[in-house]
Amino acid sequence: MVKEDKKIATRESFGRALEELGMENKKVVVLDADLYNSTKTEYFKEKYPDRFINVGIAEADMIGTAAGLATCGKIPYASTFAAFATGRVYDQIRTSIAYPKLNVKICATHAGITVGEDGATHQMLEDINLMRGLPNMVVISTSDDLETRWAVKEIAKYNGPVYLRLSRYKVSSIYDEKTKFEIGKGIQIGNGTDATIFATGVTVSEAIEAQKILKEKGIDVRVVDIHTVKPIDKDLIIKCAKETKKLISVEDHSVIGGLGTAISEVLTDDYPKKLVRMGIDDTFGRSGRAEDLMKYYGIDKNAIVEELDGE
Amino acid sequence: MKITKIEALEKIANRIRMDIITEVYYAKSGHPGGSLSIADIMAVLYFNEMNISEDDPENSSRDRLVLSKGHASAALYAALAEKGYFSKEDLLTFRNINGNLQGHPDMTKVKGVDMSTGSLGQGLSVANGMAIASKMDSMGYRVYCILGDGELDEGQVWEAAMTSTKYKLDNLCAIVDCNGLQLTGSTDEIKGLNVEDIEQKFRSFGFNTITINGNDIFSILNAFGVADMTKDKPSVILAKTVKGKGISFMEKDVSWHGKAPNDEEYQKAIDELVERDKEIDSKMVNEQK
Repeated sequence: MVKEDKKIATRESFGRALEELGMENKKVVVLDADLYNSTKTEYFKEKYPDRFINVGIAEADMIGTAAGLATCGKIPYASTFAAFATGRVYDQIRTSIAYPKLNVKICATHAGITVGEDGATHQMLEDINLMRGLPNMVVISTSDDLETRWAVKEIAKYNGPVYLRLSRYKVSSIYDEKTKFEIGKGIQIGNGTDATIFATGVTVSEAIEAQKILKEKGIDVRVVDIHTVKPIDKDLIIKCAKETKKLISVEDHSVIGGLGTAISEVLTDDYPKKLVRMGIDDTFGRSGRAEDLMKYYGIDKNAIVEELDGE
Repeated sequence: MKITKIEALEKIANRIRMDIITEVYYAKSGHPGGSLSIADIMAVLYFNEMNISEDDPENSSRDRLVLSKGHASAALYAALAEKGYFSKEDLLTFRNINGNLQGHPDMTKVKGVDMSTGSLGQGLSVANGMAIASKMDSMGYRVYCILGDGELDEGQVWEAAMTSTKYKLDNLCAIVDCNGLQLTGSTDEIKGLNVEDIEQKFRSFGFNTITINGNDIFSILNAFGVADMTKDKPSVILAKTVKGKGISFMEKDVSWHGKAPNDEEYQKAIDELVERDKEIDSKMVNEQK
């Protein structure tokens, strides 16, 4: 499924899709906390300056302003780095967006360890945990260009709060135009029965790379892209738990409260089975190149291969 | 239908006070002090200033109110019931597990509530968003936001104040309930805030500032008149009020920030408000002579 082409970061795909969405839907307004050249909302800003609001370096104000716009029928997309789009404004999101179930799309770029050189303060590893715990919140984490473009447009059709998790790290294209995406439905890649690798966001590419390497070693695994972490695709998780020998999850997020936890909850409730949760092991990050950090924290393709070929 | 007669608005404010105290008494909890202080402002907003209709609460061109100091919910519910958004009997379910009138307002449960609030400091940002939407769509509706003076301790208020000015939100009118008291003491001793400081701060942020006696209907009407006429900048009304206003033993007493009256206190409060209602009536009769 993976095409060998130019790699692209999901923040870039987000920016381009948002620009297109601006033309298709006049209710869409975009807010940014003075990072538009990094979050890539700049493309929307250039085309639709009258529907673009730069609140300055004031994330709390951005969330509140977005909420107010939503009460008046606008579809606000509020964007900044994941650290500042969630942890810094958790209470604003909780009280002013999730509680009244307002139609705000929080689009957070620079999620995860793969932010790289900026280091721990900017490497948001707890955002899925925070957003997943909020009633009414849909949590989506996309893995490639097409999936991101789909998500950006699809969430405009859904009336309610959404957290869209995006990254700075460039990834290969995984999907083609024929792929069917649906909120709440995971995507199974391959039919291997030796193991299921659940992944989300940037780790989907790593999982697919690992899948190829394992194949050569005679280990046949499937990859499941859980792009919607909440509501999670229970049926697919249970199906894979039944059909495959081992289960692992890998995410560019803390092992506490993220994808692995969400899958564990499903397994605990409906089909108890061991799950190996790979992620950032309850620690803060550090500066470095993204690739090196993925290796350092054990969430790259080699770590996955080692986990499944370790015996 | 706009009510313009001062005494008629005074009577409404008095009824709002009765309902506030009744709500809190029945719930055996709530925030009477900071609800009573804004009763006169609520009366003017809902019966004179705001372009709204209880028959069409979702109308997209209506004026909006964000009660940023959400703990004064009893005052908001009293005003909405007085206006006819829901029955006055519902007020007896305030804070009750079987009712919709939550301790802090929930827009998804109560007709006429334009925004859910409760965590302080967020309302002005929300009001900005509404005012920006009004301008984007050339709808012309106005947005009101009631803040507590203690609430101004929250930094987000000032982030929002910069945005109000940046976008020249002359369709926005903030009202600060300057009752001078917050939970544990005076706003002055807790964060160095008195009315003059607050006025200076908002002025330096680019607001048109209007300082008034916030328990005087005539002054409130005039202040909104000035705010309505102001162009290219947001307005803020610094409403000097008395916490617990209208009930002698609650006035200026910080202990009434968040507690309910007992049977005896409730009866005394109602007696005082009934007396006040008679005073307004006799004032009206005298004027007619």
